[in-house]
Amino acid sequence: MPNVVLVTGVGRFLGGYLASRLAVDPGIDRVLGVDTVAPPRDLLRRMGRAEFVRADIRNPLIAKIITSAKVDTVVHTSMSSQGATARADMKEMNVIGTMQLLAACQQSSWIRKIVVKSTSAVYGVSPRDPAIFTEDMEPKELPSSGYAKDAVEIEEYVRGFARRRPDVDITTLRFTDLVGPRIDDMITRYFGLPVIPTVLGYDARLQMLHSEDALTVLERSVVDDVPGVFNVGGDGILMLSQAIRRAGRVSVPVPGLAVSSLKSALGGMQNYALPSGWMQFLNFGRVVDTTKMRKRFDFEPRWTTRQAFDDFVNGRGLRPWLSHEQVTSVEHGVNDAVARIHRGRNNA
Amino acid sequence: MPDAKVIPMCSGGSDIPGGDEAGRRRSASSTAVGDDERSTAGQDGVLSDEAVAEALAFVRRRVLGDYGVDEFGFDPDLTDHVFLPMLRPLYRSWFRVEATGLHHVPSESGALIVANHSGTLPWDALMTTVALRDHHAVGRYLRMLGADLVFQLPMVGTLARKTGQTLACNPDAERLLGGGDLVGVWPEGFKGIGKPFSDRYKLQRFGRGGFVAAAMRTGSPIVPCSIVGAEEIYPKLADVQPLARLLGLPYFPVTPFFPHLGPLGTVPLPTKWYIEFGEPIDTTSYSRGAEHDPMLIFNLSDQVRETIQQTLYRLLAQRRSVFFG
Repeated sequence: MPNVVLVTGVGRFLGGYLASRLAVDPGIDRVLGVDTVAPPRDLLRRMGRAEFVRADIRNPLIAKIITSAKVDTVVHTSMSSQGATARADMKEMNVIGTMQLLAACQQSSWIRKIVVKSTSAVYGVSPRDPAIFTEDMEPKELPSSGYAKDAVEIEEYVRGFARRRPDVDITTLRFTDLVGPRIDDMITRYFGLPVIPTVLGYDARLQMLHSEDALTVLERSVVDDVPGVFNVGGDGILMLSQAIRRAGRVSVPVPGLAVSSLKSALGGMQNYALPSGWMQFLNFGRVVDTTKMRKRFDFEPRWTTRQAFDDFVNGRGLRPWLSHEQVTSVEHGVNDAVARIHRGRNNA
Repeated sequence: MPDAKVIPMCSGGSDIPGGDEAGRRRSASSTAVGDDERSTAGQDGVLSDEAVAEALAFVRRRVLGDYGVDEFGFDPDLTDHVFLPMLRPLYRSWFRVEATGLHHVPSESGALIVANHSGTLPWDALMTTVALRDHHAVGRYLRMLGADLVFQLPMVGTLARKTGQTLACNPDAERLLGGGDLVGVWPEGFKGIGKPFSDRYKLQRFGRGGFVAAAMRTGSPIVPCSIVGAEEIYPKLADVQPLARLLGLPYFPVTPFFPHLGPLGTVPLPTKWYIEFGEPIDTTSYSRGAEHDPMLIFNLSDQVRETIQQTLYRLLAQRRSVFFG
């Protein structure tokens, strides 16, 4: 059981809610939340006795916090895929931040455990990939840009740390795309677009993870000892085309060659900026095997991919162009009409 | 051809979105198709209420995204209601396929179907899919392993995934076999399907035998499958390699009708087909770790190849005409 837990990235959903969950656990003495920006007020209130420290993990000051508070468990959730910030800043925050954090941990003799939030994007995207990734598979094509590349580099540093400090337990969690009513991430932004651009002739296989399940897995990795690398994702998949239909959206297939110009056009709009590599992901998607997580965590995700996505659509209040009722009533209408015509013929 | 041909949308009374395998068994299919045709004929070519209702239910499921897709991207709803109905006329009327030995294909468990490849375009694979879905006692889906190229192509790759195909690699093959699926491989690959007409019915080398290792590791039987008729659908007389390289294709065929007749040249010749499933080869009797013995793999691979070759010779000897059987 950890005594003092430090959570990075508490300004955002996962870090903030994880800190609030840990704060209500009487077994944990102290919970420290670190971020460069303060969590929104409602989240801060939720965090209860967890202490917020405004600090930048890229700053060596973080080492002082870790040693002086005798932190024994670090949860690194700040790895970000958000396209709203400039790419250079994001990379700096992700990669340099992780390096500094790990360097600080290496210095401290109190550290017992590190939990790192990673992403299944480390497997890359390629048509030559097997349909389903297990943890021991290497990517056919290393992600060459964007947050996927950051994640690959971060995992590299984490492995390096593990070699230097074999006494520290490390849990690396490779999350599939997070969805949930309160998640603001690239996939939720994408489905929030008024019309959804897709790549002509391709349909991605999407595997999603409900944010509550993600929180549970994070919490369990803090409280229990489950070292190792784990894929974390919901059961089953949705095809991209299917997800768009379930959300009641309209898709616009764009020829592959026009994608980059479209992307730069969208990139001009702050809210809809999509990270690089995203369109490549839309071609094929990615599915991971979660057997290892189920076994070692003894945990079944409560939401399947489909349920998680539906919960996101309902929670976000995305208004479909055609409602379920409208479609069903059209179906009944046509059915009745056909029956009436047939009856008319038979009578005549 | 009747004026309005009913495309059978669904076998009797299936209301399962996504139609999982256990839910709908194809045994009803042949009768259901017959029923549809009869009820249609009775109403002067007007669709029956049930057919309309089923078609509408299908459209509703598609519009709302209310169907199941497995983790490989296989969409049984689409396969059964759009893809297979499109292939059936070819299977029945064009190639007049006669499938035999279907009882050799297990009904419940996983098995590896290994077949000879020919015909420039993979019609043989598609017809084998129809044979197993429509004429096997429980109507099994064939999950085929395809080349990289298939999954790189837009449209084609997507369609392949939606109809249950996946990349030819051992992790995928073993996952499917382990899950009790029927997996189809064409181990000759491009060497087989793209061979010149003069080499017809001469089996090419069987790759590296990866399929044997997958079957052994999962303890699945190997069912040899011999296909006669596909070799003559596009008699490939020559291969324009420079053009193939330019287009990134493994070969660019020249047949008596292609490319000079244009799209018309892509119509396959209406040969008479026979698909014979042979006796399953057991893989469970080997000791653990036997799949790491390359000699054993090669021998087993050869045994499968020899079985298919001999069956091909036998079927060819019985055949009197390419077009009439």
